[in-house]
Parts: sequence; structure tokens; C-alpha cells
Amino acid sequence: MTKTYSAFNIIKEAFRGHKGWRPVWRSPKPKPEYQIIIIGGGGHGLATAYYLAKNHGIKNIAIVEKGWLGGGNTGRNTTAIRSNYFYPESCALYDLSVRLYEKLSIELNYNVMFSQRGMMMLYHSQAEMEMAARAMNAMLLGGTDARLLDAKEIKKRAPVLNFRDDARYPIHGALIQERGGTGRHDAVAWGYARAADALGVDIIQNCEVKDVILEGGVMRGVETSLGPIRASRFGAAIAGHSSRLAKMAGYSLPIQSYALQAFVSEPLKPVIDVVAFSAAYGAYFSQSDKGGLVIGGGLDRVPSYGQRGNMPMQEAVLSGLIEFAPALAKVKLMRHWAGIVDVTPDSSPLIGPSGVEGLYLNCGWGTGGFKAIPAGGYLFAHLLATGNHHPISRPFDPSRFQSARLIDEGAASGIAH
Amino acid sequence: MQQFTCPFCGLRNETEFHFAGEAGKIRPDTLNEVSAEQWSAYLNHVANPMGHSREVWVHLPCQEVFIMQRDTLTMAVLGVEQLRREPK
Repeated sequence: MTKTYSAFNIIKEAFRGHKGWRPVWRSPKPKPEYQIIIIGGGGHGLATAYYLAKNHGIKNIAIVEKGWLGGGNTGRNTTAIRSNYFYPESCALYDLSVRLYEKLSIELNYNVMFSQRGMMMLYHSQAEMEMAARAMNAMLLGGTDARLLDAKEIKKRAPVLNFRDDARYPIHGALIQERGGTGRHDAVAWGYARAADALGVDIIQNCEVKDVILEGGVMRGVETSLGPIRASRFGAAIAGHSSRLAKMAGYSLPIQSYALQAFVSEPLKPVIDVVAFSAAYGAYFSQSDKGGLVIGGGLDRVPSYGQRGNMPMQEAVLSGLIEFAPALAKVKLMRHWAGIVDVTPDSSPLIGPSGVEGLYLNCGWGTGGFKAIPAGGYLFAHLLATGNHHPISRPFDPSRFQSARLIDEGAASGIAH
Repeated sequence: MQQFTCPFCGLRNETEFHFAGEAGKIRPDTLNEVSAEQWSAYLNHVANPMGHSREVWVHLPCQEVFIMQRDTLTMAVLGVEQLRREPK
């Protein structure tokens, strides 16, 4: 039976008719009790289980997932990975994620196709360029990489964009993070799942949490569609559905759930090899290895749990896109979807205790959860294993809403998430 | 495009409306000591229900503030309530 992926093993299996490959994770029946249960088998939940097993030596872990692995927001994003944030706390958090992504394919022996093609934020006036210089300085101070580009350099890198003089928003320059880029979203979930399973983590799919088991105000177990499962510690990584668990367990959260839409076009010959973002046009896009344009924009304006697209935001994003890159106006869309994202008042995540003893939270990533998967898992595993914050996750404790030490990235880096 | 009912103008496109927050929150009574936890709960915490939700909305063109009840999963509108009182 072949377990590791390598060119050698592919050749070896070719000679045996590829009969040695096996499913890469088990589908175990839940045990009655675990040391730690992770609720939610998306990227963050799977990464948390992996780092708990690998960094902290805890093997008696279950992940309970109501659907299939990575079937929520992990499979519904635009796969952008970046750490172009303003505040030092955010730079530390998201850059940890980029650094972990850089080594992830080798670490997991699974190609997550992290392509550091550059994350390019376009700016459309001299005043915006001054704000871009400010953002660049903040990013450099925060320990990430950033560089300003002028219109000539942008034209060389992305000639498909609108450089006409009569453009609605003429391109003045850009701020580029060269280490940013895109990854393969499903591979991130599957890679972590395979690695966690190999370390003994039980991944239990089609197992919905129906209720929590509280004893004397302490969380002791979950009632699931496969029966009760007990544990001494619980981690919830359930993004847009965090408020539902909060209602079951009797705490409240500063989270509002919205749908975030994304679009993929028919496959094209290569037209762009960076991620191009424009706040003025309200759209960003990149091109996947299959040739499809992956297009995203802002949040829906109506709070929602409905995982489906709708017309007003589709019109806003696509009309922005065709002004941003008019050559794409006749490209046809292949797919269009929405994920339910958990938006906090300061657009920064919540990592910390829930208020119910034994239950910890990793949520509030809003529209930026995919890029943060390795860091979210790494830091949440530290919290679950030790009961204490890692220095990088401490500023993101939910108590910041009481002390008013907010990390308002929505205002600071102007990223709609 | 979904349409919502403004109590003043009638049926209008959803893009004309602004979600202003959860309905029914009670501001802490400042005649008494209010803890940071109470302020935070009032200012930041929301029920964010899946399913039936009671919310404050604004119709931007006429600035009518009103209550709308919706289902946040199906997006069905379950009713609107006028907050404005008719002048006597």
C-alpha cells in the first residue's frame, strides 16, 4: 500500500496498475469519548486537529462535521492568500499564515498549489497612492513584504486591465505583496485531513451537532446525529454558523452572518498572472490553473444564512470587473456561489474562550478565512492544548470588545471583509 | 432582485434598503452602574438567528426607519411594522 506521494511512487504504482492507492483518510465510527472534539471539518477545524496532534502530541481527537470536509466556506472562496494588513497584530497573524502556507505542500506531502503570483491592490488617484504608501510602510513595519508599482510596471504585469484615459477609474499605481497569491482550496482541506488522519485523528463526516451537553455550566459533550460524544475540551471552528452553537450553549457573540458571493468563468488562455484587486471597482480576480477567472467582490448587504447567490451583488461585482478589465466583458460565467461568512464589528477574527467552560472559539474571520487556515489552526491548537493564548492570538481574544482594544482592519486596510 | 416593503413607499428594490441592526435591544440604564460587559453586549453582541429574525431597516430614499421580520435562511419577508406614529 502506497502512502506517500512522490514521483517515484507514481512510477512504481504505474507498474502495478495503480492498485496500491488507498483512501487517504478513514471514516471511523465515533468513540463515546475523546480528549478534544473539534466542531467543524473545514480548513480551520482540520488544521487545528493536525497541529494539536503534531505540535502538542494530543492524538485522542475527533472532528465532527455536519456535511463533507471543506464543503462550507473552505470550498466556497476565491483562494486568495495574502497578509496585506495594517495593524501589527494583523500582520503578525496573517503573515504567520503565509509563512506556514509556504511550507505546507512539503509538510503535508500534499500539493496545495500555493502560487505566490503576487497580490496587487490597484489605486486610482494620487491621494489613494499616498494611502497606499502608508499601507506599504505599515506592512513593512509589520514584517510582511510590500512594494509600490507605477502604472507602467502594472501595464507590463497585467496588460488586460483598463489603461485607457477614459477609464472610470484610471490606474495610478498599485501596492503589491509578491508573497501573496492563490492556493488550491480543496487541497488545503484534504491535505490537512490526510495528515491529521495519519496522526490518529478521527474525522467524522455527516455528523451534525444537534445540542450541547452542559453539566454545571461546563461543556461535557455534544449531542450529534450519530449520538452523544463526550470530551473534556471543545473547539468550534464553524464560521458563519457560530451564532447557532452560541444559542445552544447559552453565550452570545459579536457576529453577523452574511452571504459572500464568488464567480468562476469558462476556462480561457492565460490572461493574468497576479491577483488584481480594486476597491474602487469593487471587484478582484485571478486566473486558476484550469484557466477559469476566479472573481470576487464585497459582501451581500442583507444578513443571510442562505448559501446561494443573488442578482444585486452579482451585478455590482461583474459590472465593476468589466470596467476594470473590459476585454473580459464577453467571457461567460461557469459557476456562481455563496458562502456564509461571520463578520465581526472590527473585521478581525475571534480566537479565545467562549464564556462556557471547556468550549473555545475560532471564528469571525469574515470574508478572509481561507488565507488564515494554517495560522488559525496553529494558534487554535495552542489555545486548546494549553488553555492559554499564543502571543500572536492574544490580541484577538473576544474580550477586546469589553476593553475596546479593537483591531479595526475594515477601516484601516480598507478591505471589505 | 428581491423587493422589500417600505411602510411609507410600498414595494421597492432591496438595494434601496439598509440593514440597521437587530430589533429589540434595550440600552443599559445609565442611572445605574453599567459594566464593560453590559456595554459590550449591548453595542456588539447580536443574536444573529438562523430562520426567523426581527430587524431594524431603513429605506434610504425616504429615510423611513421600520421593523422587518425575515427568514434569514429562505430570505422570505414575514412582515413589516411601522415605527413612525401618525401626527395627531
